[in-house]
Amino acid sequence: MAERTPVLEVRGLGIDFGGLTAVNDLNMEVYPEEIAGLIGPNGAGKTTVFNMLTKVYQPTRGQIIFCGEDLAKKSVVETNKAGIARTFQNIRLFSNLSVLDNVKTGFHNSITYSPFAAVLRLPSYYKQEKELDEKARDLLKILELSDQADVIAGNLPYGAQRRLEIARALATGPKLLLLDEPAAGMNPQETEELMKMIRFVRDHFKIAVLLIEHDMKLVMGICERITVLNYGMMLAQGLPEEIQANPAVIKAYLGE
Amino acid sequence: MQFISYLINGLGLGSVYAIIALGYTMVYGIAKMLNFAHGDVIMIGAYIAFFAIMNFGLPLIPAVLLAILACTVLGVVIERLAYKPLRQAPSLAVLITAIGVSYFLQNGAQLLWSSSTKVFPAVLPSGSLQIGDLSVSWLTLITIIVCVLVMAVLTLFISRTKTGRAMRACSEDKGAATLMGINVNFIISVTFAIGSGLAAIASVLLCSTYPSVYPTLGSMPGIKAFTAAVFGGIGSIPGAFLGGLLLGIIEILAKAYISTQLSDAIVFAVLIIVLLIKPTGLLGRKLSEKV
Amino acid sequence: MTKDKKGLSALFSAKYRGRTASYTLVILAYIILEVMRASGNLSSLFTSLLVPVTCYIVAAIGLNLNVGISGELNLGQAGFMSIGAFTGICVSGRLAASVPAVPRLILAMIAGALLASLFGFIIGVPVLKLQGDYLAIVTLAFGQIIKSLITNMYLGFDENGFQFSFVENTCKLVPGGKMLLNGPMGATGTQRIATFTVGVILVLVALVIVYNLMYSKSGRAIMAARDNRIAAELIGINISATKMLAFVVSAGLAGAAGAMYGLNYSTLVPNKYDFNTSILILVYVVLGGLGNMTGTIISTVVLVLLPELLRSLQDYRMLIYAIVLIVIMLLTNNEWVRTRIKLLQKSLSGGRKASAGKEDGKEAA
Repeated sequence: MAERTPVLEVRGLGIDFGGLTAVNDLNMEVYPEEIAGLIGPNGAGKTTVFNMLTKVYQPTRGQIIFCGEDLAKKSVVETNKAGIARTFQNIRLFSNLSVLDNVKTGFHNSITYSPFAAVLRLPSYYKQEKELDEKARDLLKILELSDQADVIAGNLPYGAQRRLEIARALATGPKLLLLDEPAAGMNPQETEELMKMIRFVRDHFKIAVLLIEHDMKLVMGICERITVLNYGMMLAQGLPEEIQANPAVIKAYLGE
Repeated sequence: MQFISYLINGLGLGSVYAIIALGYTMVYGIAKMLNFAHGDVIMIGAYIAFFAIMNFGLPLIPAVLLAILACTVLGVVIERLAYKPLRQAPSLAVLITAIGVSYFLQNGAQLLWSSSTKVFPAVLPSGSLQIGDLSVSWLTLITIIVCVLVMAVLTLFISRTKTGRAMRACSEDKGAATLMGINVNFIISVTFAIGSGLAAIASVLLCSTYPSVYPTLGSMPGIKAFTAAVFGGIGSIPGAFLGGLLLGIIEILAKAYISTQLSDAIVFAVLIIVLLIKPTGLLGRKLSEKV
Repeated sequence: MTKDKKGLSALFSAKYRGRTASYTLVILAYIILEVMRASGNLSSLFTSLLVPVTCYIVAAIGLNLNVGISGELNLGQAGFMSIGAFTGICVSGRLAASVPAVPRLILAMIAGALLASLFGFIIGVPVLKLQGDYLAIVTLAFGQIIKSLITNMYLGFDENGFQFSFVENTCKLVPGGKMLLNGPMGATGTQRIATFTVGVILVLVALVIVYNLMYSKSGRAIMAARDNRIAAELIGINISATKMLAFVVSAGLAGAAGAMYGLNYSTLVPNKYDFNTSILILVYVVLGGLGNMTGTIISTVVLVLLPELLRSLQDYRMLIYAIVLIVIMLLTNNEWVRTRIKLLQKSLSGGRKASAGKEDGKEAA
């Protein structure tokens, strides 16, 4: 693996809340165009890791190196601009906006016209809005949301809301996409379609994907490498087959 | 010496703000609403006390008790009629309704008792206590004592009684409180009752200091006390107490040392500065959203 | 089907329906009122209310951008109106001899808008760090501070230039000079140059600004930050800058409205713009519907007229106003009433619904 440089490199990452250590000494990397998994029992600290990677939480210890750049001093917004986008375990859509507008907000930083241009409706406004409309609709097509473009996001069915979150995250033009339990609440058939979609997204946009998931069928089905967390510590790391055979992982999931 | 006497006067004014602020903060803590009509309950309390003393010739204590009773009933009725139907409504809708209630009370009072100012009788002892060079008016002293008593009784009530515990539970999590068998509607009524009763006490203290009674008398003390509640951290009872006292002291000191005309501007500027340093007030709890 | 709406039909698409309705309403109302006025069918009372109504509409549209679109409660809109009003009066007073009325009014409004925006920005830096009710209280405090400061300002103008003093009036003007601001007395002897036509144009300009912002990058960001602050930040939206834009534009519109208002009366006291005025404008916004500009226009007109229409009831009018306010809030927000209304609507539109669904092309979904 040494010949490839990782897109994301995490070194000795840890965070304390008050006196409580939630995550400690986590080392992991994600390589370009790979689908990686982050799994672990409930409360293992998986979402906390995502929150540190997106700088919602400031890590207490350790380094996050993204595309050769240290994220330590970057804000949430700058981290997103650097190329990390995510979805949420508890869906966070702009529920009063239409599906199309949700995706358009994702393109926020790629639009350059000023508020003055918008108020005065200068040519730059029309030009960029037209391009934006096309780009947003293309994304909706990929995530199979074209038919619902004008629906208010809050009224979408659950599975479609999860896909819309992915579309919105992709709109920010990430190099690394973090998916927090993308299949939660989906039936097996929907999960199957989601897996295909994630693979397609990876191939189409040539991005790396790191996902948290409880559905082992999905994890083992699409993740090329898996990191297992338990009690905030890294328990194992490796290929899906290795993880499945790892006695420590089995113990963590099934207990004694 | 001059400074100490200003400080004591500030404590006196602050005590009135603190008692009113308790009403705002308790209602906010439990019903999660800004009750903009609270100031007008003070006004009603002042009128009741005025008529009880002047027209019915009641002595001070029964007059105050009557005002407390009237305000308590008024507070509960307002809550039942105007706020309870809006439990599930957006907070702005409740805010506007509270403003409607405030207009209603002010204009109702104006119709019933005319807009002309009535002079509140001097029922509390006048004169002052002389300690060396320091002279403290009895009125200020009584106001401070009443405020401390109110605070002590309220703290005991909240921490020791079953209803008090239920109130704390409701302010934490109404849903969970309901599941624990607490009658949330009853608790909200109790909260309004206590807040409004306190407003009646405040009205008598306020009108003894500034002896004029008129329909919009509650507006400015209401806004100031609301500011005090936020200053201390809205939802926090010790916060309202502390915020009220500090606001009173700042106001009096600003009047004495800087400018009478600018004292309001200074009070509100201090509030802004405090909120910048402590965004949830002095004793308020930090709000954070789980991601 | 909905993709390539062009020309006229786009005006009535779901997205732009509100915008079209607002413009149409304002222009129609203007034409009707002007015709009525020309033919002498408008009472002097209504005529005197024309300019103030346009001012309140503009301030309310601005506030709706702040409260409805951006989702931040602002209890100090009157403060921004006040800044605009007294700035406008000073500008107009200074230029009275040299600039004709209409351009002077426009200059006064621009100055009022700019200064109010500047204050919006200054106060916005700290305010927008706060959230929810804490933010609301700071705007309230700000309104009080502005009122208190203007009440203590003295500004005079004579052939030697401006003289300014604070708290105490120390301006010594040579004969022919004029006090523009006079402490608690405010402005007196102002030339009344505000006109209904310019007022309506101001309303249209306010609508253009707000709608064009809403349907742009900035508007989407403002609404995204309102709906989900964390998600908005995580897709790279700078929340403070976004909220600031809404706040500053809202303040600027209030400033322009204030300037127009101030130049409609010969006297204006600083106390006019107190907490109650802020609340009044907030009531227009909430009753009209958060984020609904057409609703804001209608509710402002109705609520400014209501006390006047109730004038025959004399002393009872404000009491009735209060009751109407409470009853409307209870009716429009009560769960029980809401479900009944929805059921009623359903049974009424039962027949039409099937065809409406087809038009929207949503059936397939």
